Amino acid sequence: MSDNTYNVPTMAEMAAKGESPEILFWVGCAGSYDDRYKNVTRAFVKILNVVGVSFAVLGPEETCTGDPARRAGNEFLFQMQAVSNIQVLNGYKVKKVVTACPHCFNTLKNEYPALGGNYEVIHHSTFLQQLINQGKVSLKGGGEFKGRKITYHDSCYLGRANNIYEAPREVLEALDAELVEMKRCKTKGFCCGAGGGQMFKDAEPGNKEVNVERTEEALSTGADTIAVGCPFCMTMMSDGVKNKEKEADVKVKDLAELIAEGLGEK
Amino acid sequence: MEYIGQIAFVIVLGTAIFVLFKRIKRIKSNINLGKDVDIKNNTSERWKNTFLIAFGQKKMFKRPIPAFLHLLIYVGFLVINLEVLEFVLDGLSGQHRIFAPFLGGIYPVLMNIFEFLAVAVLFSCTAFLIRRNIIKVKRFHSREMTSWPKLDANLILVIEIVLMLAILTMNAADQLLQQLNPEHYTATGSLFFSSFLIPLFEGMNTTSLIFIERAAWWFHIVGILAFAVYVTYSKHLHIFMAFPNTYYSTLTPKGQMKNMDAVTNEVNMMLGIQPEGGTPPPAPEEIGRFGAKDINDLTWKNLMDSYACTECGRCTSECPANQTGKLLSPRKIMMDTRDRVEEVGKSLAGGGKGLEDGKTLLHDFITKEEINACTSCQACVEACPVSIDPLDIIYQLKRYVAMEESGSPASWNSMFQNIETNFAPWKFAPTDRFKWADNLKKEEA
Repeated sequence: MSDNTYNVPTMAEMAAKGESPEILFWVGCAGSYDDRYKNVTRAFVKILNVVGVSFAVLGPEETCTGDPARRAGNEFLFQMQAVSNIQVLNGYKVKKVVTACPHCFNTLKNEYPALGGNYEVIHHSTFLQQLINQGKVSLKGGGEFKGRKITYHDSCYLGRANNIYEAPREVLEALDAELVEMKRCKTKGFCCGAGGGQMFKDAEPGNKEVNVERTEEALSTGADTIAVGCPFCMTMMSDGVKNKEKEADVKVKDLAELIAEGLGEK
Repeated sequence: MEYIGQIAFVIVLGTAIFVLFKRIKRIKSNINLGKDVDIKNNTSERWKNTFLIAFGQKKMFKRPIPAFLHLLIYVGFLVINLEVLEFVLDGLSGQHRIFAPFLGGIYPVLMNIFEFLAVAVLFSCTAFLIRRNIIKVKRFHSREMTSWPKLDANLILVIEIVLMLAILTMNAADQLLQQLNPEHYTATGSLFFSSFLIPLFEGMNTTSLIFIERAAWWFHIVGILAFAVYVTYSKHLHIFMAFPNTYYSTLTPKGQMKNMDAVTNEVNMMLGIQPEGGTPPPAPEEIGRFGAKDINDLTWKNLMDSYACTECGRCTSECPANQTGKLLSPRKIMMDTRDRVEEVGKSLAGGGKGLEDGKTLLHDFITKEEINACTSCQACVEACPVSIDPLDIIYQLKRYVAMEESGSPASWNSMFQNIETNFAPWKFAPTDRFKWADNLKKEEA
């Protein structure tokens, strides 16, 4: 590993050197396996590298938090996952976790304490907001985004679940783009349709797909970028945009990708 | 003969109190059919919520127009009850306007305020009837709004209108009687709103006026007492239940699911984890079922929620599944829960089979198709003006389906299997988990 390539240390490597990072970046399953969303993981790692944050990932030691199993009713499987993950995290004496996935965030932050996992858990939107506020991320005049319209789609597990509405918006405002709101935003934000395990099954019979309904609302703002802060929202909104045949004009991007672009990282 | 009115009143009042007492007792025992759960922590936060959300109507104001109309009825209800107290004391003592001598000059002012509120209630109830029946606001006409819920809603509004008209009629006749028989009829001064009704009764003789005044008085007080009994069978019970319901509502973040401690004990045993201190976990109380199949598997708070629901449908109108045509409606979850609780309670009170009647909340009232459509987005929880949590019930039903029936959709069972074998909900090899970084580690920074 040379000095001028990106650094992605694992907890195991650091522990072997007797070091412990300031934060654990919890990548999540979508961040590890989903082809489109892996780009978000890489974007966030680039930001961490540029800013010089001391971090590590679990790498092959990470496993599903158990969230989709729990929401689908399988409490046994959830707790099996949770208890094993907590053993790993406690083994490394992890104090602070940052993740880009609101579902992992919610589970780690709110649901692991009951099983003995107590960490300071931060969503990457809040983390990016802190970096911007501390002046550690300074965007280059926002040239690329100036005059463009961005709309932000609230993730249920950030917003209603954990009352995080402002951090992602402040991150977007740092880009110097025009932030346009959908009618149903913040506490009234309309789900992308993937929560509660819906990501892993077909929708029940109805007259419309939830993601199409939401994408239509996002498109009606006239924004050329739909910003998201969740891997499931990313998939659902991207599919929605494809369904409306707008993928040439409208991009769905994660906050981390937008900030990485603003930093000139591609 | 002199006391006949008082005797009649005591009988009416006594009957109403007796029936009400029995209904309250039944509702209390119905709620207690739910599992015990300890909700006592953080009383200051709970009182704050009760004050802001229940008394202060904070969440109602997310939709300002119905919130304003509702506020008029709410304030009217609270304040006009003071007048009902006078009605009751008058009825028991055989006097007329018993408070007037004590309050002197304030009395006419109070009467005018009551009349203003009566007119405000009339206005709001009429507006609500128009919203329901003429404008046909969508959420009042969805699938679960069958004949009884629709009739219940309209009856409440019509009853309130009629009761307010009775007050105004009584005051109009009373004002004329004050001129004809000032000794018996305490002067109230001119009452602004009821004065408009005076032309209807002008020129009538004293006997007719006394008849109208007395008829309106009796109609109003008997009406109120009958309405109080009716409320306990109706969605309108929210006027009482909203308060305890808000007090006991969840304080943890909305995204947080409750941990099943019974499962934790088993998981720890399977993984060979000793609980802290090295002592084996206390034998769990009767585990019963995992998740909920019927109302006795839910908590008493879930059942209290169902009694606090006034079927306003804000939850359903924000539910992404419902809004895209799926069967799920959070309001129906609450209505079904209450219907089932009432059914079981009634059966038990009559010595019937109760829970063993061959029916269950899951399947017979709420179908799997409904709960499987939930995205657990918490929009319903957020929308409820009295902090009802339909999602908590949905989660418990899902747990029963997954853990006791193994009846989850096939694709969820595959997802479970993937997590078990590959530690990810998709079928990817665990060894590939870190591959996302391969190229990045070679990339020029």
